[in-house]
Amino acid sequence: MSSQDIPEENLPAEQDSHGHGGVAVADEKNPFADPGLPPHEHRIQDIDERAAKRSERAVALLFTVSMLATVGFIVSYVAIPIDKSIFVFPIGHVSALNFALGLTLGTALFTIGAGAVHWARTLMSDVEVADDRHPIAAEPEVRAKVHADFKQGAKESAIGRRGLIRTTMFGALALVPLSGVMLLRDLGPLPEDKLRHTLWAKGKLLVNMNTNEPLRPSDVAVGSLTFAKPEGLEEHDEDFQNEIAKAALMIVRLQPADIKDKQELEWSHQGIVAYSKICTHVGCPISLYEQQTHHVLCPCHQSTFDLSDGAKVIFGPAGHALPQLRIGVNDEGYLEALGDFEEPVGPAFWERG
Amino acid sequence: MKKLSARRRHPLAALVVLLLALACTGGLYAAFAPASKAQADETAQSLAIDEGKKLFAVGCASCHGTKGQGSSDGPSLVGVGAAAVDFQVGTGRMPAATSQGAQVPSKKAVYTQAEIDQLAAYIASLGAGPNVPTEAEYGTEGADIAKGGELFRTNCAQCHTTGGKGGALTHGKYAPTLEGVAPKHIYEAMQTGPQNMPSFPDTTLTEQNKKDIIAYLNAIDSDETVNPGGLELGGLGPVSEGLFAWIFGLGALIAVAVWVAARTAKAKKS
Amino acid sequence: MSTNENAQSRERGKAPAGERVADWADGRLGIYSLAKANMRKIFPDHWSFMLGEICLYSFIIIILTGVYLTLFFHPSMNEVEYHGSYVPLQGQLMSEAFNSTMHISFDVRGGLLIRQIHHWSALIFLAGMFVHMMRVFFTGAFRKPREINWLFGFLLFVLGMFTGFTGYSLPDDLLSGTGVRFTEGAILSMPIVGTYISMFLFGGEFPGHDFVARFYSIHILLLPGIMLGLVVGHLILVFYHKHTQFAGPGKTNKNVVGMPLLPVYMAKAGGFFFLVFGTIAAIAALAQINPVWVFGPYRPDQVSTGAQPDWYMGFAEGLIRFMPGWEVNIWGHTLVLGVFIPLVLFGVVLAALALYPFIESWITGDKREHHILDRPRNAPTRTALGVAWVTMYMITLVGGGNDLWATHFHLSINSITWFVRIFFFVGPVIAYILTKRICLGLQRRDKDKVLHGRETGTIKRLPHGEFIEVHEPLSQEQLFTLTAHEQYEPAAVGPAVDENGVERKIKRSEKLRAKISGAYFGEDQQIPKPTVEEYKEITSGHGHH
Repeated sequence: MSSQDIPEENLPAEQDSHGHGGVAVADEKNPFADPGLPPHEHRIQDIDERAAKRSERAVALLFTVSMLATVGFIVSYVAIPIDKSIFVFPIGHVSALNFALGLTLGTALFTIGAGAVHWARTLMSDVEVADDRHPIAAEPEVRAKVHADFKQGAKESAIGRRGLIRTTMFGALALVPLSGVMLLRDLGPLPEDKLRHTLWAKGKLLVNMNTNEPLRPSDVAVGSLTFAKPEGLEEHDEDFQNEIAKAALMIVRLQPADIKDKQELEWSHQGIVAYSKICTHVGCPISLYEQQTHHVLCPCHQSTFDLSDGAKVIFGPAGHALPQLRIGVNDEGYLEALGDFEEPVGPAFWERG
Repeated sequence: MKKLSARRRHPLAALVVLLLALACTGGLYAAFAPASKAQADETAQSLAIDEGKKLFAVGCASCHGTKGQGSSDGPSLVGVGAAAVDFQVGTGRMPAATSQGAQVPSKKAVYTQAEIDQLAAYIASLGAGPNVPTEAEYGTEGADIAKGGELFRTNCAQCHTTGGKGGALTHGKYAPTLEGVAPKHIYEAMQTGPQNMPSFPDTTLTEQNKKDIIAYLNAIDSDETVNPGGLELGGLGPVSEGLFAWIFGLGALIAVAVWVAARTAKAKKS
Repeated sequence: MSTNENAQSRERGKAPAGERVADWADGRLGIYSLAKANMRKIFPDHWSFMLGEICLYSFIIIILTGVYLTLFFHPSMNEVEYHGSYVPLQGQLMSEAFNSTMHISFDVRGGLLIRQIHHWSALIFLAGMFVHMMRVFFTGAFRKPREINWLFGFLLFVLGMFTGFTGYSLPDDLLSGTGVRFTEGAILSMPIVGTYISMFLFGGEFPGHDFVARFYSIHILLLPGIMLGLVVGHLILVFYHKHTQFAGPGKTNKNVVGMPLLPVYMAKAGGFFFLVFGTIAAIAALAQINPVWVFGPYRPDQVSTGAQPDWYMGFAEGLIRFMPGWEVNIWGHTLVLGVFIPLVLFGVVLAALALYPFIESWITGDKREHHILDRPRNAPTRTALGVAWVTMYMITLVGGGNDLWATHFHLSINSITWFVRIFFFVGPVIAYILTKRICLGLQRRDKDKVLHGRETGTIKRLPHGEFIEVHEPLSQEQLFTLTAHEQYEPAAVGPAVDENGVERKIKRSEKLRAKISGAYFGEDQQIPKPTVEEYKEITSGHGHH
C-alpha cells in the first residue's frame, strides 16, 4: 500500500484553507469562500414563554402517558388470560395478551423517547457549536520518543541479541495453541463410511410412512405418491432422526412403458420405483412430485429430477441423479428392498467418488 | 344413523345417494340395497346420466371428446370417477378457458351443484372411479388433529407449505393455497390427484388419515384460526418477514430518526 | 497534601449529594478527566448519522430480550412428547428445544412478545447495519482515519449474520432444521475437510443430538461476546475520531459543528433508544414472526416449500439457488462445485466490501485525514461501484426468493432462475454505467447552478420577444457548499528516468494504479468543478444567461 510515489500536486487542495475556523467572511477574490457558521436563529420557544410552556406541558404529558401505559401493561399481564384471543381489525384473530402487552410496552417506551426528544428539540439550547479537531497521529516529538522508548526496551530485554531465546519463545507460543485444537478432536467421530450406508438392506420391507404398514404393489397406484421407511425403524427410536435422514424413500408408480432409463426399469417392480427422498444437492427432503411430467422438484433450491429417466437432474444446482433403491416383492407379496442404495444418498462430498 | 339423517336433510340427498350407487359395483350394491328402491334409484340414475350427458356434450365434449375419450386438448375422463368431476367443476377449474398455459387455475364455478352431480353421474357411468366423499368422510368428527398435522407435513407441506399457503412448481406450475378450499374438495384432491398433484389413494393414505389432514387444515387455516403473534404477513415465512422488517421496521425507525435530527422550526423573522 | 484534601472534602460536605458522589468516584476512577473531554463533545445532527444508533439500540434490545429467553429455553435435543396448550401439536414428538420454544410462546405470559421483539430486533439490527454501512460507503466516511472502524463495523455485520443464523436454528422447527441441513450440505461440499468438519460440528451424522446445544453456546456466548467487544471498540473510535459532517458553511475538515453531548445529544440519543425499543415492541404486538407452531418440529424427512432463511442469509440462499449443478469427479474424488463455488463467492462478495477502503486509498494515494463527507455524486466511480455491489446483492436476494416471485407474479421459477443467472453478471454492469451517468449529470447540474444560479421557474419576456427563465444567483453559503468537494487528478506513472538520468524500473503495480486512477478520475469520469475565474467571467456580464 505504499503510496510515497504519488506526487503531492496530484492531491487536491483542501477547500477549507480558504476559511479559517468559521470566521472567514466573503472576500472579493474568492466568491466560493466559506462564509462561516450562520448566525443562530431563535425558535419560537426561545422568545415566547407561552410556547415554551406549551412544550413543557407536551413533554410532561408524554411522560404521563408512559406511566399510564406501564400501569396498563401490569393490568394486562394480571387480567388477561394467556389463551384468550380477540379479533382485531384488520389483523385478524390474535392473542389478546400479546397484543395488549406489546402495545402498552411500546407506548410506555415510545413516549419516554418522544418526551425526551421533544424536550431536547424545543427547550434545550440549539446553538450550534464548533469543536476543533486534532490530528489523530502523534506529533513528531512524541513519535520519536515512543520509538526510542521501544528500542530501549527491546535492547534491555536483549531479544535481538539472544537469538536462541527468541527462536524458542516463538516456537513455544506457536505450538501451545495446538493443545486447544487437539481438544476439539472429540467433538465428533471420524466420517469413515457413515455417509455411505443407510438402514436399507436385502429383505427389508418398505413400510408406509402414513400407516406404518408394509406396502404391497397393489397399494401403489399410477400417479400416486407414497413415502416409506425401512421396517423396524420407529419414530420413538433413539436414532430415528439420523436414520430417516438417510433412509427416507419416495415411491411412485409409472407405466413401465414410460420409463426411459434401462437400469431404472430393472430396479423397479411393475413400474414401481423407489428413490431416495434426500436431495443430492444439500439434502432437503425432495418430494414435489408432478405426476403428469414425472418431475420432482426440490422445494429448497429448485433442483429438478426426472423420475422417468433415472431421476437425472434436468434443472437446478444438484450435481447428480437421485439414488434409486432396488426393490422387489417377497414371498408374502410385500415390497422389499433388494439391498442398500448402491451409492451414498444426500449431498455430495469429497470422498464420494 | 346420525350420518344418514344428516344426509337426508340435504337438498341434494337423492343425487348423492345416486352417485354412491354409481360408484359401487353392481353386486355389492344389490347386496345392500332393497330391490324395489334400487329400481327407483336406477331410473333416477339413468335420468341424471342423461342430463349429465347433455351438459357434457355442450360444455366439455369439445376438449374431452364426445364420449369423454379425450383429445389433444383434454385428457380422457374414462375412469376418473365422480370425485374428479366434483373437484374440477366444483372448484371452477373446469371448464377451462384454454388447454394452453402451465396450469388451469381455480375460479368461480360455472355449474350449479345439481348440474355438477349430473355431470359426475355421467362421467362415473363411463368407467369406475372414486366417488364423491360424504360429509361423514371429510367431516372433522373423530379426527386426530395432531396426527393430521404430522401427515400433512410428510405428504403435503413440500408443495403447499406447512401452513397450506401453496408454493411454486416447475415452469409456472404451482401448488395452490388451501385456504378457503372446501373440505370436500380437499378430500377429492387427495383421492384423485388433479393436474400435476399426485394422488393419495386410500391404500397409502387411509380414509382416517385424510380426515385427520382435513381437521388439521381446518384448525390452522380457517377464518377462525388464531395467529397469536399478530399479522400473519401472508404466512410466507422469512421473505415476507424480511420485507416487513425493512419497510415497516427500519422504515419507521428512519422516519423517527428524521424527526429526531430535524431542526426545530425557527421563529419567523419579523 | 492531606490537609489540603481534607479541607477540600470539608468544603465539599456542603456540596450537593450528586457532586459528592462524583467526587468520590473521581478520587478512585479519575472520571473527571474523561468527562472533561467528552461531556460537551460535539455531535452533528443528520438523520443518516442515527442509522448506527438504530443498530446499537436494537443490539441492546436483542441482548435484554435474549437473556430473558434463556431463562425458559432448553437447548436440548432430547425427545419429548408435546403436552402444552397448542392443540394441533398435542402428543407430537419433538426436541426439548422445540418444546420449550412452544412453552415460551403459549404458556409464558409475555413470552411470545419477548420472542417476537427478539426476532424483529434481529432483522432490524441486520437491516440497520446494512443501511448504516451503505451510508458510510457512499459518503466516503470510511476514509482515513476510519478504515479500522469500517472493518469493525464490517465484522459486526458478518458476525451478526451468523449470530442470527445460529439463533434462528435453535427452536429446532421444520423451517430452521431445513436451514441447518443446508448448512451441513454446504460444509460437506468443502474439498478434503468437508466430511470431517460436518462430523465434528454435529457430533456425528446429521442431525445428531448435539447441534442445538452447540449452536446455543455460539449464539448466546461466543458470537455476542465478540460483538459486544467490537461494538465498544466501534463506539470508542467514533468518540475518538469525532463524527464526520457534510460540507456546509463553517464546517471544515478541522472542526466538527453540532450540539454538545450534554444535554442535547444525550436527550436525543437516549430518547432515541426508547423510541426504537417502543417501535419494535409495537411491531411485535402487531405482526407475527417465525410462528414455529405452524412449521412443526424438525424431521429430516419432512419439508415445507417456501423454505427460506431470514433475509440477511437470503443472499447466500440466492447464490446457491442460481448456481448450475456442477460436479467434477477426479481420481475417485468429488468436487462439488455447485455448492462450493457459492460458498466461496459468499466470502468473496463480502470481502470485496471489507477491503474497499484500502483499495481506494491505494488508488488515490491520499494519506490525509478526511472528516468532510462526500456527496455520492461527487465520487462517481465509488458510487457506481457501490450501486453495482448493491445491485448484485439484491439480485441474489431475488434468487433466494425465486419461488415466491414465481407464485406471486405468476412467473416460471425456471425463468426467474435464468434471469438471476444472467443478471448476476449483467445487472451490476448496467447499474455501474447508469449510476455513473446519473452522478455526472448531477455534477453538471451543480456546476450550472453555481455558474448560472438557481432556476426560479419565473419566465420573463425580453424586449426583443425572447422568453427566458430568470435565474437567481446562489447565496454564498450555497456556493461554498456546492464547491467544497475535492477532485483528484488521475495518478500518472512517474518519469521513466529518475533525477539522475538513470532509467528507473516502473513497477507493474504502478502502471495498474495509473490505469485504475484514470478510470476513477480521468477525463469524462468527473465534471471539473467551477473555478473562481469561470464564475467571475459569467457573473461580470450580468443579465447574461
